[in-house]
Amino acid sequence: MTTRFVSIRFASILKPVVFFLILMPGIVLVWQVYLAANGQSNSLGADPGKSVVQFNGDWALRSLLLTLAVTPLRQMTGWAELARIRRMLGLFAFFYATLHFIAYLALMLEFRFDDLGAEIVQRPYMLVGFLALCCLVPLALTSNQWMIRRLKQRWRRLHQWVYVIAVLQIAHVLWLTRSDYTEPLLYSAVLAVLMGYRVLKYSQRQAATRRS
Amino acid sequence: MLIKKPSDIKPSEITPESVYLQRRRLLQNAGLGLGAMLLPRLGLAAMEVDSPVKAIRRYTGEKPGQMTAPDWLQHKVAQARPGRFGAEESVTPWDIVTTHNNFYEFGTDKSDPAENARNFITNPWQVEIAGHAEITGRFNLEDILKPHDLEERIYRLRCVEAWSMVVPWVGFPLADLIKRFRPSSRAKFVRFETLYDPQQMPGQRSRFAALNYPYQEGLRIDEAMNELAFLGVGIYGNAMPPQNGAPLRLVVPWKYGFKSIKSIVKIEFLERRPVGSWERSNSKEYGFYANVNPEVSHPRWSQASERRLPTSIFASNRRSTELFNGYQAEVAHLYAGMNLRNDY
Repeated sequence: MTTRFVSIRFASILKPVVFFLILMPGIVLVWQVYLAANGQSNSLGADPGKSVVQFNGDWALRSLLLTLAVTPLRQMTGWAELARIRRMLGLFAFFYATLHFIAYLALMLEFRFDDLGAEIVQRPYMLVGFLALCCLVPLALTSNQWMIRRLKQRWRRLHQWVYVIAVLQIAHVLWLTRSDYTEPLLYSAVLAVLMGYRVLKYSQRQAATRRS
Repeated sequence: MLIKKPSDIKPSEITPESVYLQRRRLLQNAGLGLGAMLLPRLGLAAMEVDSPVKAIRRYTGEKPGQMTAPDWLQHKVAQARPGRFGAEESVTPWDIVTTHNNFYEFGTDKSDPAENARNFITNPWQVEIAGHAEITGRFNLEDILKPHDLEERIYRLRCVEAWSMVVPWVGFPLADLIKRFRPSSRAKFVRFETLYDPQQMPGQRSRFAALNYPYQEGLRIDEAMNELAFLGVGIYGNAMPPQNGAPLRLVVPWKYGFKSIKSIVKIEFLERRPVGSWERSNSKEYGFYANVNPEVSHPRWSQASERRLPTSIFASNRRSTELFNGYQAEVAHLYAGMNLRNDY
């Protein structure tokens, strides 16, 4: 009884807590940009535009990996309430990826759209990152309850694209890395574990259907 | 190829950044509009001929983690005189030059070296001179520097990552050092090597680093003897901060920054061309020459323009990149007849 009570109590605050935590980087960034814009000391360094772009990119990928960790965690812990934060995390992944793109467009390219075209065509890592963002758009648009009901089985198929997006994002990071691969390899390892878990589950399910 | 006149602007004629900014502010405040844009040039010329600056640029503010340079070196650097080379642009502030560094031995984030090199021991320091030269051996830094009078040179520094700075270096011509050791006719190339010390350099302990350590770089002997090639022992009238490559580093301003190897412990005269660390890690992206060239893209990004630091959050301060980083007059002849697209 007690554990159930605690779990229900905790579940009600889970969503706002996670919301606040995953929004924190954004709040920190806004604060640092405010400081930089006012000429005060800040953590954005000598090339603040680039720092802002990179920061949002980092958090886009981290949010996406967190989104992908929800289902394995829920299945392993049996804590169903975790499902409530999956959509929110996914939308944050979209939020940071969009900010990443806008920051790049505004702060690095300064809205020279013809340069954007050239960059996307000429630089493979740009193309890959741009594709990942494009693929995120339909997922974000269909993440609401109404679309889930409307699309039924197709919704699942559509949202399995998230795996492709994760791979594209990691390829994007690996591709633009110049020297130290520690961080992108860490992300790759996390994704490999999360995907490995799913493959394992899938093959177990297949085996179970064959037996029955 | 366009051959420009040598830049005959002396460092003494360069507008200090504060004055430059003041002037800009004055103009803006006056609201003089477009016509006034022509005025500052006239005003500038008059002002600075009247009051030539005799001293070198000296940073006197707080210097965290700079205690590793010995007194004799600090003293020697402080006595440097203004040299021949200046840049037309305003210099990049000390804070930026000392906190935005690519020195992967101390970490790959730009701010890592300032943090991780804080206690880097550069005293005592020895440099080995090796290879095809009459005089070879290991020498204390003091003996390496002793015969050379130091001068200040203000050079543009263009990173292969498409950002750039303007740095007031203190040092002496590389050619002057090379002559002392009398390289033989077999010395066709010069190879430089950075300290290898994983205890002090966390980047050298990383398992997933793309670079092999010790870091090394090379020049053709005629490049090394060119008047622009410079050995730096300081910036802003101070001994070189560790994160900038203390105590002794190369400065070759017409090449991408990675050629300007830091914290040198070995200089070797070779008959065959050495392979630089970046070239070894990815020869499609980083060539031996690595001359600044807006026409030849890095495979993953364009080199046509650069962001001059410090950028501000709402202005990337982008400017066109010049061939040989604007030092055509001094170095273009070194590459006459070469296809710069193939020999990048």
